[in-house]
Amino acid sequence: MNKPLLALAVTASLAAAAVVQAQSARDYISVVGSSTVYPFTTVVAEQFGKSTKFKTPKIESTGTGGGFKLFCAGVGPEHPDVSNASRAIKTSEIESCAKNGVTDIVEVKIGYDGIVFANAKGAPWVKLTRAQIYLALAKTVPDPKDPTKLVANPYQNWSQIDAGLPNAKIEVLGPPPTSGTRDAFVELVMDHGCETFPAIKALKDGDPKQFKAVCQTMREDGSFIEAGENDNLIVQKLVANKSAFGIFGYSFMEENLDKVQGSIVEGHSPTFEEIAAGKYPIARPLFFYVKKAHVGVIPGLKEFVNEFVSEKSFGTDGYLADKGLIPLPDAERKSVTAAARELKTIGSK
Amino acid sequence: MNQASTSPRGIQAIAPERRLGGSMHTALVRRRKAAERRFRAYGAGALILSLGFLVLLFTNIIGTGASAFRQAYVRLDVDFAAAELSPDGRRDPETLAAANYPGLVKAAVRAMFPEVTSRGEQRDLQELVSSGAAFQLRDQVLADPSVIGTRASVWVPASALLDGLLKGSYDRSAPEAERRINDRQIAWADRLAADHRLELRFNRILFTNGDSREPEQAGILGAVMGSLFTMLVTLALSFPIGVAAAIYLEEFAPRNRWTDLIEVNINNLAAVPSIVYGLLGLAVFINFLGLPRSAPLVGGLVLTLMTLPVIIIASRAALTSVPPSIREAALGMGASRMQTVLHHVLPLALPGMLTGAIIGMARALGETAPLLMIGMVAFIVDVPGSLTAPATALPVQIYLWADSPERAFVERTSAAIIVLLAFMVLMNLLAVILRRRFERRW
Repeated sequence: MNKPLLALAVTASLAAAAVVQAQSARDYISVVGSSTVYPFTTVVAEQFGKSTKFKTPKIESTGTGGGFKLFCAGVGPEHPDVSNASRAIKTSEIESCAKNGVTDIVEVKIGYDGIVFANAKGAPWVKLTRAQIYLALAKTVPDPKDPTKLVANPYQNWSQIDAGLPNAKIEVLGPPPTSGTRDAFVELVMDHGCETFPAIKALKDGDPKQFKAVCQTMREDGSFIEAGENDNLIVQKLVANKSAFGIFGYSFMEENLDKVQGSIVEGHSPTFEEIAAGKYPIARPLFFYVKKAHVGVIPGLKEFVNEFVSEKSFGTDGYLADKGLIPLPDAERKSVTAAARELKTIGSK
Repeated sequence: MNQASTSPRGIQAIAPERRLGGSMHTALVRRRKAAERRFRAYGAGALILSLGFLVLLFTNIIGTGASAFRQAYVRLDVDFAAAELSPDGRRDPETLAAANYPGLVKAAVRAMFPEVTSRGEQRDLQELVSSGAAFQLRDQVLADPSVIGTRASVWVPASALLDGLLKGSYDRSAPEAERRINDRQIAWADRLAADHRLELRFNRILFTNGDSREPEQAGILGAVMGSLFTMLVTLALSFPIGVAAAIYLEEFAPRNRWTDLIEVNINNLAAVPSIVYGLLGLAVFINFLGLPRSAPLVGGLVLTLMTLPVIIIASRAALTSVPPSIREAALGMGASRMQTVLHHVLPLALPGMLTGAIIGMARALGETAPLLMIGMVAFIVDVPGSLTAPATALPVQIYLWADSPERAFVERTSAAIIVLLAFMVLMNLLAVILRRRFERRW
């Protein structure tokens, strides 16, 4: 019985020592936030860790909202220094940050991410509009016979929406509501697509709540399938089911060009060039946010930001472009780099 | 003499077809035997089905993962020119560490294909060698500065692209636009292979590196160490506490409503979903006690909470299986209750307790959900060296790799699963051996 007791005492003292240690400063950068930005930040972090004397930053993929929650919890080594986001910070989040003493936040826009609407190679390569995607995926759509009335989605086959589309069952695999990709897809495709119908557009001013419900509610009759956060899984399912489409990030399509093809949306295909030129319509900006109060406290934070905004990282030929990030246009990139090096905070002009 | 027992009436009352060997009797026997056979067939069928699934799982995982244990290497003739590495002649580690090693690699690759000149082609060419090659050269120079000024043949890891080509991940016959690797790169790869400058070797990197975003640089050492530290904390806490609780409940505690309540609660806790323990850990250990996020210490504490009920239940079962006669004999010889427990009951129950603990630990080793809440699902490159350093665990590493876009991570995911399974098999084997070795029969 003595041995277990001894072990108990040892671990208890270990735990006590750890508490003491935790209260002293942290010597590595802690990053939280969006799972979309995660694959890019991790590359920068690795390069940074290997090429400087600083430790490699730790990156948690918590989702954009979850990231801000942790980020805004306070100032001090127990709170993260950087939060990744696949959308700009909300006013409510800035306020909740300020409430906890996190006031000086530096915003850095790093580039764009395209969202593709893809199906398996070998299946017909389709041209779509956002209005057509909306008609295929929304729960309520304008009645095909009387466009002023809204009815439960009657479309079963793509060819019912437009004669030019294949005569195949509508089957789309997409991200769940917790995903940032889903938020962006809803905003960039569904909202935009449903505004093309005058009857719904009228709602926007009259009854914004109803407008939101009509545009953003996905159908639940099996035509839209929430496939979880794993984009690799969606690619695998598309290969197995030739008639299905999937919604996922551009970098996954780039890695699987032999397996899937991205549909042409409003005349533009999801290629690196088309997204970078701003022509492909389903693309969103990616950001990271830095807690200025931690600069000088956490070793290497300023240098990490500098590494992120250097040309060899987020430039047109940088290593992030190799990983599927669509770089910012030259002029914008220059101004972002300058602002980030100065650590210009949100609100200061 | 009793008339009834010797009277033949009993036999006569049974109709001939119902008698032993009669037609109805044989039919009944046949039916019973058939039912028996069917019953055994169901059992065997269930066994075959589950074995089939197991075989399917193993062949699938080993089939995809086996190739990850080998990695393509390229032989470069590197010119460790003194002018490049230490232009001012200084050879202290700081100067040497800061030298332009990527430049050395690029020059060595260019030297193999002098005809490649255009910038786009250069880029394609450099894509064949891993970006980790530069760090390998740096480590080599730092370990032995005497290589400066010499030329040496060095095997460096190829990029995941070239590695994938060698392992057949890319279809050469597919149109160029549909594969990651282009025709030029395939032609160069073929030339490298013909010159004996390209070969598949054992993938040491997989076992010596931490995580990386470059598949050919990614390894599981960081995750294995993280799991090890976490399990150390879990074992050191849950085993003594669990055994002590079990001994008290089984040997000393009075039987009343309170102990009944505790027993019901322990049984319920064993069935609580593991994510709940993660939430509890986040609230208590990180937010209240202020322990660091992502630390194996917190992971171990959370998994301790999860494993405790399992160990208590197994330990109590082991204690109950010790025959009461042993306790009575010890008490009868004048031993105190503590002496009875420590000298006689505990040694006999220990194999059962150990088995329970190891099975509980094996379950904890495979957990990811509670670790998610306490920040151990993270990208961590540096191999953890202490209980408070940021770390992940093996199953988390599998989850993170499965979610990575790069195709080369597919095989590495399976390789990590193979390693995790190997650990599980080892732990269960240990449980079996301990049981065999210390088992006593009465």
